[in-house]
Amino acid sequence: MRVKRDLKIQAIECGTVIDHIKAGQALNVLRILGISSDFRATISFVMNASGARGKKDVVKIEDKNLSIEELNRITLISPKATINIIRDFKVVQKNNVVLPSYVEGIVRCTNPNCISNSSEPIKSKFSVLQEDEERVALQCLYCEHIISENIAENLL
Amino acid sequence: MSLKNRHVISVKDFSREEIDYILDTAEKLEPVAKGEKRLRLLDGKIIALLFFEPSTRTRLSFEAAVHRLGGQVLHLGSVEASSVMKGENLADTMRVISNYADIIVLRHPLDGSARMATEFASVPIINGGDGSVNHPTQTFLDLFTIRRESHLEGLKIAMAGDLKYGRTVHSLCHALSLYGAEMTFVSPPELRMPSEIVRDLQNNGISVKETDSLEEIIGDVEVLYMTRVQKERFLDPAEYEKVKNKLKITGDLLSTADPNLKILHPLPRVDEIFPEVDSTPHASYFKQAFYGIPIRMALLALATGVIE
Repeated sequence: MRVKRDLKIQAIECGTVIDHIKAGQALNVLRILGISSDFRATISFVMNASGARGKKDVVKIEDKNLSIEELNRITLISPKATINIIRDFKVVQKNNVVLPSYVEGIVRCTNPNCISNSSEPIKSKFSVLQEDEERVALQCLYCEHIISENIAENLL
Repeated sequence: MSLKNRHVISVKDFSREEIDYILDTAEKLEPVAKGEKRLRLLDGKIIALLFFEPSTRTRLSFEAAVHRLGGQVLHLGSVEASSVMKGENLADTMRVISNYADIIVLRHPLDGSARMATEFASVPIINGGDGSVNHPTQTFLDLFTIRRESHLEGLKIAMAGDLKYGRTVHSLCHALSLYGAEMTFVSPPELRMPSEIVRDLQNNGISVKETDSLEEIIGDVEVLYMTRVQKERFLDPAEYEKVKNKLKITGDLLSTADPNLKILHPLPRVDEIFPEVDSTPHASYFKQAFYGIPIRMALLALATGVIE
């Protein structure tokens, strides 16, 4: 049976649609937004959908507006994602996510000897470095270690 | 210029003007460091020396610097007998010791510990070495030695030995790049200077050359900064022996050196500099150990604000 592409994921009346997520990263997007099993709003997502620019993931969060700061964190794992704010089934605002210059408490430093991996009462802190259009690196503000790969695997 | 209440965590936190000011201050304090002149600038000040790992040289030179300036030191004592063993974290230790001392010198095995300490201490922190990241007083004393024994501006310097893991050479490269320099890195291929550091230096207009032979470059440098290659960096002991034999400074090697060449080494050395070199005018490594005293005096006096 032929399934219409737009039925794979329903349009939402009100909420946020995160589009053009790097294929395979939708679950990490939820993690980076701190969305876990106690999150009450309806979430739907597609992974590896075919789009004009190749495969992508899409996440739709209903009745929920995330802060710009929260959304911008997505750049760490998917620099080209776009954000659509939906009201009455219409896109009322469309933005590209913007790379933050600093992130706190969302990624673990991969240096096992870093003080931020000890039992001290601190959160991890990184300055964000743009390597190129597709890649982002993080530099730990404590130990100066640079994480340039596998950021998604080190989300807290 | 005032550096009162400034933390000293990494040389990268200081501008060239601030570094020059610190070196100028150290030079003025040299007669006091030698004991030729008495100057009790730290009279009435308490300096906490919190060493969470052993480091005889750094600890003793800080202690000597404090005594020369008439200050008093507080020691942690052995870590085993301290509150650390009762499970106190470093953050609380910093909050507590801030009430007891005017400044804290911290040496800690974890990377980034000194930076974290600044978030909890209410007095200035001087980083006496945090894990494998920064050891700014070593870098300041290296710069001071180069300035006193040679010159900083546009220096032709070679750094040799373990350039991959050596934090002293990494910080020194950065600091020297503020003065313009021609740098040559001499190391076995497995211990080369990390490529991102080489790239940063080149982006800052520094000329960089890499080789594995001291013979090739000895006639063309004004300062040779030697470091120890550690055996534990090699899986194969035979490979270590090979590298060790290639990277050594002997009287023979120096026969083709520039007469004004100065050799520095953060010490302790093992056998990378032969004893026959010690009596030549090239040997500056023991003077370098002395320069650690005026530099630490300067940093203590500037951060506590007794010199402004």
